[in-house]
Amino acid sequence: MVGEKNEALLKVENISLAFGGVRALEEVSFDVMRGEVRAIIGPNGAGKSSMLNVINGFYHPQKGSITYKNRRRAQMKPHAAAAAGIARTFQNIALFRGMSALDNIMTGRVHKMKRGFLWQALHIGPARREEMENRAFVEGIIDFLEIQAIRRVPVGRLPYGLQKRVELGRALAAEPDLLLLDEPMAGMNLEEKEDMCRFILDVNEQFGTTIALIEHDMGVVMDISDRVVVLDHGKKLADGTPAEVRGDQAVVDAYLGVARG
Amino acid sequence: MAADTFPKLLEERARHGGGRPALREKEFGIWRTLTWADARREIHELACGFAAAGVRRGERVAVIGDNRPELYLSLCAAQCLGAVPVPLYQDAVAAETQFVLDHSGARLVVAEDQEQVDKILEARERCPEVKKIVYSDGRGMRHYDDEILQSYESLLDAGRAHARAQPDFVEREIAQGCGGDAAVLLYTSGTTGEPKGVVLSHENVLVTCRNLVKFDRLSEREEVLAYLPMAWVGDHIFSYGQAYCAGFCVSCPESAATVMHDMREIGPTYFFAPPRIFESLLTTVMIRMEDAGAVKKKMFGFFLGVARRVGADILNRKPVAAGQRFLYALGRWLVYEPLKDAMGFGRVRLAYTAGEAIGPEIFDFYRSLGMNIKQLYGQTEGAVFVTAQPDGEVYPDSVGKPSPQVELRFGDNGEVLYRSPGVFQSYYKNPEATAKTRTEDGWVRTGDAGFLDERGHLHIVDRAADVGKLNDGTLFAPKFIENKLKFFPHIKEAVVFGDRRDFCAALVNIDLEAVGNWAERNNIPYASYQELAARPEVYAMIADSVQTVNRGLAADKQLCNSQIRRFVVLHKELDADDGELTRTRKVRRRHIVEKYAVLVDALYGGESHCFVEVAVTFEDGRVGAVSGDLQIMDAEPCAPQPLAEAA
Repeated sequence: MVGEKNEALLKVENISLAFGGVRALEEVSFDVMRGEVRAIIGPNGAGKSSMLNVINGFYHPQKGSITYKNRRRAQMKPHAAAAAGIARTFQNIALFRGMSALDNIMTGRVHKMKRGFLWQALHIGPARREEMENRAFVEGIIDFLEIQAIRRVPVGRLPYGLQKRVELGRALAAEPDLLLLDEPMAGMNLEEKEDMCRFILDVNEQFGTTIALIEHDMGVVMDISDRVVVLDHGKKLADGTPAEVRGDQAVVDAYLGVARG
Repeated sequence: MAADTFPKLLEERARHGGGRPALREKEFGIWRTLTWADARREIHELACGFAAAGVRRGERVAVIGDNRPELYLSLCAAQCLGAVPVPLYQDAVAAETQFVLDHSGARLVVAEDQEQVDKILEARERCPEVKKIVYSDGRGMRHYDDEILQSYESLLDAGRAHARAQPDFVEREIAQGCGGDAAVLLYTSGTTGEPKGVVLSHENVLVTCRNLVKFDRLSEREEVLAYLPMAWVGDHIFSYGQAYCAGFCVSCPESAATVMHDMREIGPTYFFAPPRIFESLLTTVMIRMEDAGAVKKKMFGFFLGVARRVGADILNRKPVAAGQRFLYALGRWLVYEPLKDAMGFGRVRLAYTAGEAIGPEIFDFYRSLGMNIKQLYGQTEGAVFVTAQPDGEVYPDSVGKPSPQVELRFGDNGEVLYRSPGVFQSYYKNPEATAKTRTEDGWVRTGDAGFLDERGHLHIVDRAADVGKLNDGTLFAPKFIENKLKFFPHIKEAVVFGDRRDFCAALVNIDLEAVGNWAERNNIPYASYQELAARPEVYAMIADSVQTVNRGLAADKQLCNSQIRRFVVLHKELDADDGELTRTRKVRRRHIVEKYAVLVDALYGGESHCFVEVAVTFEDGRVGAVSGDLQIMDAEPCAPQPLAEAA
């Protein structure tokens, strides 16, 4: 791991994003420290996924800046983000449904494979060696996520909770410095949620990966995050430790729907 | 002289043919092999590590986790020091684990991973004798700083340091052991009361295993997959005892969920499973065949028919017509072998099932495919093997002949008693229970009732406590007869009476789904369960089944008088809500006798009809009554017959 704790890995400043007349984000600023688990929460339509897409380079904000690894940009580009060590998962799972879990996770290594198309097609010498090294790394992830039994199963045949786990595996395969998780617990039952929480904490602890996650389930977020930023209607409502956020009157109102007076 | 303890056997294995595989584990997607020489080296290091951690002769070392090479090595390492390994059930709840830890007084625990370590840590407060917990997989334990914890690797390091200081320490320790020493402490799960710790000596396990290796001609080339709980005596005998005696390799699955994949990859030649595993595999195959194309389905159906007709005979080396033989050979190539391969049984030479009765059609299915599946009867107290079916003498309803050096005897109520070299030393710290189970001259009471047929095969009929007598003094085993009835798909439940009666009579429950399907196919109209149950066609079908059961019973001298003379098809399903069954769907005999007293009287009173009204509890909790005039039918008993030839 490069750098130390207590140093911001990512900083977003005064981000504003609009789609036509709809303002998705307004002047949002926060930072993510190295090695922390950072949550972005908020009611539906608060702009959480938009925020993640801005960091990831899917959306280009009209205003503001993104500072990642001390480099300041007006916007990210997805491939540049991936090359710089940002990996993500999606709210609606974006895996190759016809491919096995193993192959899906292998695609996460694509940035680490240097050999060209021809080499890989021939599958000899250095290409073969490279594939073996990467496969060994992926097997480590499979072991870590305890999905040995579904290694060869096409992802489309897996239940939802396991698909989410495979997607996390693919993100981990890129050895990210910053891992973005878009609602990793959505649609899961309690047991699957608990499993996923444990994996997130283990990833953070064992690999030292910095994690930014969006989540709906307040209980889960409060348990596993170091700091929480709350969005509502595209604006930042609160920012702090789970305890601070929980006590924040504005947050309580936003969640309980009380008119602000 | 042959080795009299497992560690001595290990030394032999490592000296002769030490390059052969001993243990295999799939890790990171690749099978890694440990040879006997590797195993010996690691076991020695482990033993030194245990000694450095303060384990002394006679003390206990607990082992908990899934089947892992480290844990199997730990068993032998403890035995090297003369300590007694205690394998624990990996999925037991904390309270149970704590009981066993405390009762066994284990000094050191080898745990697989964080999950098990947590359980032990929780139990530790009440188990002051636990001085060290060794874990083999440190994942998720970075913040565990309890001094009692030590990683497997650092224990090996400590062991190596210890070995440098005292180079021939382990050899000297091994030499001190003898066959009469306790080899292992196995806790029986105990459906009633607290678990009991069965102490088996090296001799108990070794002699039993050696006998069985000879009996089944097991060689060092067998392949075995260790997937059953290590705490269960079956696994200890199959994956440890016999592996050492025959010198074959034991493979550990990657995880509990991958067992079926691993089966296919390893291709075991020797396999053990309780009946439900064979059952569920068969069901999976049948369901998948439903989705197959028409040609495949047809081929499958046709060749299974061929197998059903002649497969068992071919396996038993009986004469079979050349044409059938040819069809069977073709079927083997087209269907049987690919099917067995899909189930992971492609190379199985010998399979055992035990624990409970296996359905004859399931048993016959596998045998007809050419798989040599056999039944055995055993107990923890006898190092598993009491009886087993010899090759060529396999009958679906018996559990085989007494194993080598096993003597059988029968108590008053038909209880099976045995005496063998495998008979356990004692229940640990429980002399009363020991005295209750084992007689002074070494006979063990099994608690099961059974009898020997004229072929010398043992039949287990029931728990001895449930067995009664007919008025003519012959054995009456209700569950045995009920099970035979229940093996018919259209019979859901059956209750047989006969204790202190002149003959046997039965209450039968039809299976609504099976019989309903059958009725639809045969254009038999019905509006309700009650109406269906009373149809003469249904009665005829049940009468037919009863007749078949009677024919089977007539073949047994002891059970010939237990043939069912009268029966009635009940108008309501026996239900746990009405207190007629337990929640695990076992018949509550006494309650049924009271509730259906009128019917039982009619059965024995000779009437042909009986009006019955019984209370029912509906699903919403309301109580009502169903009544009906039930027909009572007579069944013809069969004359005693000679035994059927091997199935």
